[in-house]
Amino acid sequence: MVDPPILQMTGIRKTFPGVVALDGVDFSLRPGEVHALMGENGAGKSTLIKVLTGVYGIDAGDITLDGAPVRFGGPLQAQQAGISTVYQEVNLCANLSVAENIFIGREPRRFGKIRWSEMRRRSAELLAGLDLHLDVAAPLGTYSLAIQQMVAIARAIDISAKVLILDEPTSSLDASEVERLFQVMRRLKRDGVAILFISHFLDQVYAVADRMTVLRNGTLIGEYATAELTQMQLVTKMIGKELTVLERLEEEPRTVTADAPRQPIVEAHELGRTGAIAPFELAIRGGEIVGLAGLLGSGRTELARLLFGADRPDHGTLKIDGRPVTLRTPRMAMNHGIAFSSENRRTEGVVGELSVRENIVLALQASRGWSRPIPRRKQDELVERYIKTLGIRPADPDVAVRNLSGGNQQKVLLARWLITEPRLLIVDEPTRGIDVGAKAEIQRLLVELADGGMAVLFVSAELEEVLRLSHKIEVLRERHLIEEVDNTGGGVDADRIMQAIASGAKS
Amino acid sequence: MTPLVRHRLFWPAVVLVLLLVSNVFFAPRFFTITLQDGHLYGSLIDVLRSATPLALVALGMTMVIATGGIDLSVGSVMAISGAVACLFIGDLSDPGSVGGVLLAVGLALGLSAVAGIWNGVLVSVIGIQPIIATLILMVAGRGIAQLLTGGQIINVSSPPFRVIGAGYLLGVPVSVIIVAVVVAAAVLLIRRSALGVLVEAVGASPTASRLAGIRARGLTIMAYVFAAVCAGIAGLIFSSNVASADSNAAGNLIELDAILAVVIGGTALTGGRFSIAGSVLGAVLISALDITTYTIGVPAETTLLFKAVVVVILCLSQSAAFRAAVFRRRRTPAATPAAEVPA
Repeated sequence: MVDPPILQMTGIRKTFPGVVALDGVDFSLRPGEVHALMGENGAGKSTLIKVLTGVYGIDAGDITLDGAPVRFGGPLQAQQAGISTVYQEVNLCANLSVAENIFIGREPRRFGKIRWSEMRRRSAELLAGLDLHLDVAAPLGTYSLAIQQMVAIARAIDISAKVLILDEPTSSLDASEVERLFQVMRRLKRDGVAILFISHFLDQVYAVADRMTVLRNGTLIGEYATAELTQMQLVTKMIGKELTVLERLEEEPRTVTADAPRQPIVEAHELGRTGAIAPFELAIRGGEIVGLAGLLGSGRTELARLLFGADRPDHGTLKIDGRPVTLRTPRMAMNHGIAFSSENRRTEGVVGELSVRENIVLALQASRGWSRPIPRRKQDELVERYIKTLGIRPADPDVAVRNLSGGNQQKVLLARWLITEPRLLIVDEPTRGIDVGAKAEIQRLLVELADGGMAVLFVSAELEEVLRLSHKIEVLRERHLIEEVDNTGGGVDADRIMQAIASGAKS
Repeated sequence: MTPLVRHRLFWPAVVLVLLLVSNVFFAPRFFTITLQDGHLYGSLIDVLRSATPLALVALGMTMVIATGGIDLSVGSVMAISGAVACLFIGDLSDPGSVGGVLLAVGLALGLSAVAGIWNGVLVSVIGIQPIIATLILMVAGRGIAQLLTGGQIINVSSPPFRVIGAGYLLGVPVSVIIVAVVVAAAVLLIRRSALGVLVEAVGASPTASRLAGIRARGLTIMAYVFAAVCAGIAGLIFSSNVASADSNAAGNLIELDAILAVVIGGTALTGGRFSIAGSVLGAVLISALDITTYTIGVPAETTLLFKAVVVVILCLSQSAAFRAAVFRRRRTPAATPAAEVPA
């Protein structure tokens, strides 16, 4: 590892009105290494990448690529110089074929006419190089997210193969898909590609990264070899304090506070929706955290959406407080005290154009109707309280939500539902793509809410998290709810759930 | 840049002032306002008066565009409103009766509201794309107006009706007062209630809004009804001013000017954040532009070209990318990209 760095950034400074996003940050990337960029939400990881690829200009500092100073006017220029980025959300066209996606904008032509067979042949070759054997004429949308992501990588590699930036590529992949991605990354590494990898999953970073650079609040904390830094040390560097919250949660026994048996708040009987989730039985009581475990696409979100009236069931009945109800719209569910924070926070959660304040009061305002506005003073009071409790940064209620980092957007979304004081809070992947500190805060918050008598339906792809929080765990597999595991005393381990998912046996 | 220059209405306002000032070179008394017979007279008053129908239509259009829609039928609704009012007044035994005229106004606005419900239902209940849904009434509405008037221009001589578009109150044109009152009432209603923010949420992200419990359907219908009623008032002002119902001329192509006014005012056609003040400013600007072409004597055959040039300049002045290219290059050689919003 004595190769000279292919990419060197020194003394990078970037300010936005009122915020210093990066201050004197150095970063270097060598050919043939996987280098992880670590930091909490808002630490400046995304900004650094955007500065590098020319999305933003910089206020001070130098960038050199292959020893020559560079300054890109935009991602396209960066790409032409050999720096490609694959983002968290796949930026490809699901309706076009795999081959078209790989070659869009640079199709092989002869006399101005696209050479389709050539394009398909080259696409297939390229993907075969990554051990992917797909029908390249099929629409991209017919493949899983993981495959789409790898197609995006194939495209990026084919355009320019010096530096590859992977921004949260694993956040919507399941374990086997992640492993597959890592194989691809290791292969590229052998070919001498320099990979900048961003992930919130520490285990993944340790599995694949050679070195890491840690940022905190826009400043450089340091650069370390992965082998020389333990996970605990890394977390401490990222958040700047010892992480004890998670450990405390671990020790607390999960007990349902109020006395059982009580009337469930929500009871689903043979509830189902064709093509989304097979009929299932589920009861959720106050003070209880119910976890939904299962692989991606196992029907977790679909189940949650039925309980919120976001989709309509075509089978079975739903009872709220023992009375049968039909939830035709989310609004009707809200009237029964049910709240739902979606996993797609950007498209189905926050409204990016609106301010933090407007986003936080949106659901409460919607249930009051347009003619009864929440008085400004009450708004300020609520918003200020939740900005403080959840630690939303920047703590400015008038900033547009799209300017916040993913984790802070998630907190805004949670705040929106918490001020409606729901009796059942459904949270779908509330900790996806957010950093350890915020993650622990959100988990602690959910435990506190449940202790206060709220029912929580907790959906997460991370088994550990589900196990840590839930009183009982509903295991889903291929759109069936296959088992309910009691976890009141703790004691259930991940293997037990994995087995249930793998075997699919009904108990 | 100072906050004033950064204000999104700064550049449209500058263009408006420049337009008005440029008139002085051709008509030295352009800024003079005199009091004749207790009425204010002057070119500036003319600019305001001629802006009134457009300002109303742009006001309504703003709300529709904020929901993520568009309303092409406003011109036809103007024609229907004027035709209905003039026919009703023409049939009165005493066209001069105030009560009769008020009834005619009520009838015209009621029908306008029905037109708005039609549009709103097509868009939000049946789910037709707004541009197509309102195209139906744009075509059919003018047909209905022509059918009502039998293809003729209906002249009315009703002093109370004439007050709406041509009268004066305390020296100020009544039409200007009407627009001021409607705009002020709309701003109060929309911004003091939660209508504004709910409409912005629906326009900016329909899916997220639905999951936040917002019922978009009612809001959307309200926006189209509001737009149609505004167009109805504009139609009354127009036909009262010319003391007749002209189904061909009333509101002809006004939908395009209104869309332009809304965009000048800084409301994005994709919906979401909207600015009523901006749209009104846009309407006044377009009206000033029309008057300027007369004052500086642009030959009739090049009027449209002149207008187009000013609109191009205006749009460039509002483009962040263009401003960055022009201003930054002069200051720092290393140009930074325009969009500077942290993710």
